[in-house]
Amino acid sequence: MIKGLLGKKVGMTQVFDEAGNRVPVTVVDVSSNVVVQKKSSHGKDGYSAIKLGFGKVKKLEKEGKEPKWRLNKPRVGVFTEAGIEEPRRHVREIRVPESILDDFEVGQELGPELFSLGDWIDVTGTSKGSGFTGVMKRHNFAGAKATHGTHEFFRHGGSIGMSATPAHVLKGMKMPGQHGNRQVTIQNLQVMGVMEEDGALLIKGGIPGPNGGIVLIRTATKKVAV
Amino acid sequence: MQLLDKIANDHLRDDHPEFRAGDTIRVHLLIREGEKERVQVFEGVVLGRSGSGIHETFTVRKISHGIGVERIFPVHSPRIAKIELASIGRVRRAKLYYLRKLSGKRARIRSKRHRKGV
Repeated sequence: MIKGLLGKKVGMTQVFDEAGNRVPVTVVDVSSNVVVQKKSSHGKDGYSAIKLGFGKVKKLEKEGKEPKWRLNKPRVGVFTEAGIEEPRRHVREIRVPESILDDFEVGQELGPELFSLGDWIDVTGTSKGSGFTGVMKRHNFAGAKATHGTHEFFRHGGSIGMSATPAHVLKGMKMPGQHGNRQVTIQNLQVMGVMEEDGALLIKGGIPGPNGGIVLIRTATKKVAV
Repeated sequence: MQLLDKIANDHLRDDHPEFRAGDTIRVHLLIREGEKERVQVFEGVVLGRSGSGIHETFTVRKISHGIGVERIFPVHSPRIAKIELASIGRVRRAKLYYLRKLSGKRARIRSKRHRKGV
């Protein structure tokens, strides 16, 4: 069964498992998940999915004025329409099979208990941006020799192609450019702990993005029992 | 941050005696052999402690059959049955890496009876 939650990366620490081994874990805050909308392949949407909302929004209260959410009206409206009192900062849709749509209800709050210890998951997030970087950092090139007469050519990538044939640089050539700050999915991570009271999940190993980054946690696609 | 501390706190242990670089300690380790568990003792000089909180580790060095052996243990590991303080060393460094280059008499550490304030 495919399940999913939005979360916020809190940070990393380590725990000891039953055998006494040290295990690095990432802590992800998944409290305040809510089902905003259900889409059915029989309805007008034509495919099955659920839309999740996540992240607390502050309420602006001024004397003599109506309290306002710190979120623009269209985005608040999505939640009002679904009959959810508190709007959420982030909205994301995940595809789920039609057969499990009935397990969810609009307005239902979801928490870490959706997953259990030992579950296999995929985590999607936006990786830390490194800006415009060279080929050594971006593509793990080896650079050039530091001695034997090399000068002003230490971190370069070397040749980028041939001569008159083909007379152009091949497409997809690894060159310097933007590194990081793109969507990254880490597959087959394991749930090491479920903290229901704190609304947090412990995930074995690292996940993309900085602390405080928003991530999507889904059942591992390569481990789903058919 | 508070959440991280809370998770780590469940795993912290406070049943070890106070020890620092220069002390000679006996580390009683739980070793699993197939189904059985037994205790193995590793005795040596503490070269130093590093890290803090749940991440803290310490290095123990001993001379085994004429070869220097160092092991690094997590302070809060549940695999450590207990730690015994064999002697308190009088040293003036927090990290005793210089011991690696010394042998015989020069690698000795003078011991003292008491530690100030303990």
